[in-house]
Amino acid sequence: MINYILRRIIYAIPILIGVNIITFVLFFVVNTPDEMARMHLGQKHVTLEAIDKWKSERGYDKPVVWNTAADSMGKFTDTIFFNKSIRLFVFDFGQSDNGRDIGYDISQRMWPSLAITVPSLLLGLLAYISFALILAFFRATYIDIWGVVICVIMMSISSMFYIIGGQFVISKLLHLVPISGYDSGFEAIKFVALPVLVGLIGSIGSSTRWYRTIFLEEMHKDFVRTARAKGLSEKVVLFRHVLRNGLIPILTGVVVVLPMLFIGSLITESFFAIPGLGSYTINAIQSQDFSIVRSMVYLGSVLYIIGLILTDVSYTIADPRIRLE
Amino acid sequence: MYGCSDEPWNNPYPYNQSRSNIYYDVFEERPKHLDPISAYSANEYVFLGQIYEPPLQYHFLKRPYELTLLTATKIPEVEYFDTDGNQLAADAPAEMVHRAIYRITIRPGILFQPHPAFAKDEAGNYRYHHLSKENIARVNTLADFQETGTRELTAEDYLYQIKRFAHPGVHSPVAGLQGKYILGLQELSEQLAEEHADNQHEDGYIDLREYDLEGVKILDRYTYEVILKEKYPQFIYWLSMPFFAPMPWEADRFYSQYGMKDKNIVLNWYPVGTGPYMLIENNPNRRMVLERNPNFRGETFPQTGEEEDVVNGFLRDAGQTMPFIDKAIYSLEVENIPAWNKFLQGYYDVSDIQSDSFDQAVQFNAQGGAELTEEMQAKNIRLLTAVTTSIFYMGFNMLDEVAGGDSEQARLLRRAISIVVDYDEYISIFANGRGMPAQGPLPPGIFGHMEGEAGTNHYVYQWQDGRTVRRSVKEARDLMVRAGYPNGRDSASGRALILYLDTPAAGPGTKALFDWYRKQFAKLGINLVIRATDYNRFQEKMIKGTAQIFVWGWNADYPDPENFMFLLYGPNAKATRNGENAANYQNPEFDQLFNQMKSMANGPERQVVLDEMIEIVRKDAPWIWGFHPVGFSLHHGWYSNAKPNLMSNNTLKYKRIDPDSRYEMRKKWNQPVLWPVLLLSVLLIISIIPAWFSYKRRERSAAL
Repeated sequence: MINYILRRIIYAIPILIGVNIITFVLFFVVNTPDEMARMHLGQKHVTLEAIDKWKSERGYDKPVVWNTAADSMGKFTDTIFFNKSIRLFVFDFGQSDNGRDIGYDISQRMWPSLAITVPSLLLGLLAYISFALILAFFRATYIDIWGVVICVIMMSISSMFYIIGGQFVISKLLHLVPISGYDSGFEAIKFVALPVLVGLIGSIGSSTRWYRTIFLEEMHKDFVRTARAKGLSEKVVLFRHVLRNGLIPILTGVVVVLPMLFIGSLITESFFAIPGLGSYTINAIQSQDFSIVRSMVYLGSVLYIIGLILTDVSYTIADPRIRLE
Repeated sequence: MYGCSDEPWNNPYPYNQSRSNIYYDVFEERPKHLDPISAYSANEYVFLGQIYEPPLQYHFLKRPYELTLLTATKIPEVEYFDTDGNQLAADAPAEMVHRAIYRITIRPGILFQPHPAFAKDEAGNYRYHHLSKENIARVNTLADFQETGTRELTAEDYLYQIKRFAHPGVHSPVAGLQGKYILGLQELSEQLAEEHADNQHEDGYIDLREYDLEGVKILDRYTYEVILKEKYPQFIYWLSMPFFAPMPWEADRFYSQYGMKDKNIVLNWYPVGTGPYMLIENNPNRRMVLERNPNFRGETFPQTGEEEDVVNGFLRDAGQTMPFIDKAIYSLEVENIPAWNKFLQGYYDVSDIQSDSFDQAVQFNAQGGAELTEEMQAKNIRLLTAVTTSIFYMGFNMLDEVAGGDSEQARLLRRAISIVVDYDEYISIFANGRGMPAQGPLPPGIFGHMEGEAGTNHYVYQWQDGRTVRRSVKEARDLMVRAGYPNGRDSASGRALILYLDTPAAGPGTKALFDWYRKQFAKLGINLVIRATDYNRFQEKMIKGTAQIFVWGWNADYPDPENFMFLLYGPNAKATRNGENAANYQNPEFDQLFNQMKSMANGPERQVVLDEMIEIVRKDAPWIWGFHPVGFSLHHGWYSNAKPNLMSNNTLKYKRIDPDSRYEMRKKWNQPVLWPVLLLSVLLIISIIPAWFSYKRRERSAAL
């Protein structure tokens, strides 16, 4: 398995280089360093000297990919591409275009993101599996039919509706929790309760339907029929046989998103004023801070690849029949 | 935890703050700069204005805006000298003036806020000016430095800040402008740039005290002179802006140490001032916190204002020592809806009114006046309105072959379009009535602006029955005929006239606006093509001068007509000089009058010149004058001294909060409503019962 993981890590390198190049090219197609400078320097009294100075301070005055004026390796290393993109491979995120240390910002902002995403994942799993099991148990009854109808309705509604509706009902009408904001420590609970609840309700339709399908598939397999034939109670069949076997695809589906929990949610964080990495990325896009955007895209790619590797590993743990070669 | 307290559950603040004298507000965007030499945006001045103290400030109550003292002991009077050093009269022509000298004396006894840059050890050496890499590695924020100190503000601190305009490692958006006027600043800038590599200390610090600046002289501990190369009466307004606030060399030395930048411990992040407040928390991801500066000398609330200020209660605190508020917490709110709802719940003391909440907050009475809705009145919320010192206009690129230029044909075309683009309607539809149609470049509150018939743009409006009435479409069509475009067709070629509006606006929300623009031009048979693009492309077009028609705006730096008229001054053309004249308008007569007007004192003579200038640009119509936005703001009844002051940025010290009243209102408005939760729980339990019986029935049932 170690060989397999090493091979996957080696495969990841060209993918990350590709992501890096695409991000770099896309950003430079959309924005020239002059435009970035104008964006950052504001509207008034922006002189050409100020633009040159801004570019020089941030290394945007260098050639893009090849420096003919430099010596030997400098031709490649003394360029914008090397300084802004290649360093990411050693997780040297550098400074944002506003002069902030991106690595420090990421280390600070991942905790609020995790404060939302981890409870959302755990509570969500509990709720979705429970509802899916109920629907599967009552398959083909009015409970199942209406449950599926409600799931379809809920999954058809935009997540924005849940966010605004949740804020309106829970915070504005019922006054149960703050409408937005964040604090550290235990104080965070009252701020994360609503986004977690909204996230949970927003995903309940699609996730419950998916899990129901998995459980129904298991319920029609021979070993379940055998278990019933043995005279086991429906409860034992459901929890010991159906749930256990159904958890294999569910868990592998969960493992793939585990690393992505750090990245947070773009919309949720923005609406609830959660100072996480999701809102960090949105703000960077709005302010055209290329340094932050490329760092977050790179980090997202790395985490996604880690998630895929973990998924493969989790298969072997969840299902002993699978061997990674 | 909630149940044990009578605090509202939805209170976003710690409960121990509930009765504290704290002001709560929002910020939407993290400030890019908190270094007073670099900052130039309103969202930066919200903080800097309370921390840094330039010599002058705007009077809080008086209108039109008037400069008054802050750290200075008297308003500096300028002295003019000719090339031989002979003193000239105050109204000497600009071309005779070789030197203009402003002498500024500051009050003794003003202290800087507590700051580690001033901390000294027992031997009198600065404790934190020569930190080792290991020491710096151990700190993460400014609060990690245990010791702080202070010292008295002196004239040298003002000199140091002015020298920072020339610092090669510091970007100031107005360095070029100041270098044009302050004697020797440009030369110092070149000298520092040259010597940057050689003359700096090993840790990157340039000790500006070692360099002379010819244009600033220290006369004694509290007095300094700023020497300008020419007559520039507007310079005095700059003395009220953070660019000219004092900067202690100790702060520059402290922040310049190697490793500080990597820790984000920089002047751009942690200001050091003498003002009523100091920044104690700078977390732009969440909140910014200002706290009363314990070293602040105290300042008294103005004793005089306008007549209605007494009636409105704005002089209730006259003569009282400021500041009144102990702490100000600004929370990050990116979205409008949560911010608005938290204001209604009493968790923010003030609020703007966004378009989507306008109808909830404001209604117009039969006379067209804005008033609060019953819902707002029931909460004792107050509405304040003020015409901003800004203008939002539609410009013609004067370099364009069709819409621009000095030909009579183009002039008539622009005037015809000016009539049909109905900004009165625009204000009503797109700005919720929050605007005042502009008659020229000068907004109300700026010297030169005229009201009534005298201030009416007769090319677009007529004065009828004591009010302005927009000229008819028929008159505009007649102008089109005279311009050679009958029914929107070029009479020479017979082709339909197509014009292009370049705009950075995009997205579904702009469709209605674009349709409205097209409809206005269609009144003349003109086919308007909207070229919507992103902000960068739009900027590029403006810089290259390739846009044809565009929408632009300007917000005053200072309350002087020069700050608006220079937007039409030929040598400021954007396409050729990278200036602020976005329309690239050039009229020698206007330019000559501008040069005359800019160095004149306000008075009847200046008014005559301004009237001439306004008449020229109304006739040439390089802009469709658009409108002056009217700012609407709301505040709760417990917040007082809220008079809008659109030029000042240091107004927090005047504000007052009644925390007990706020506490009671918050409790009243935010009682938790639990019955829907209980009802939902009961319904869930009831719905589970048949399922439970069904389950039991299945358990008992036999297989086939």
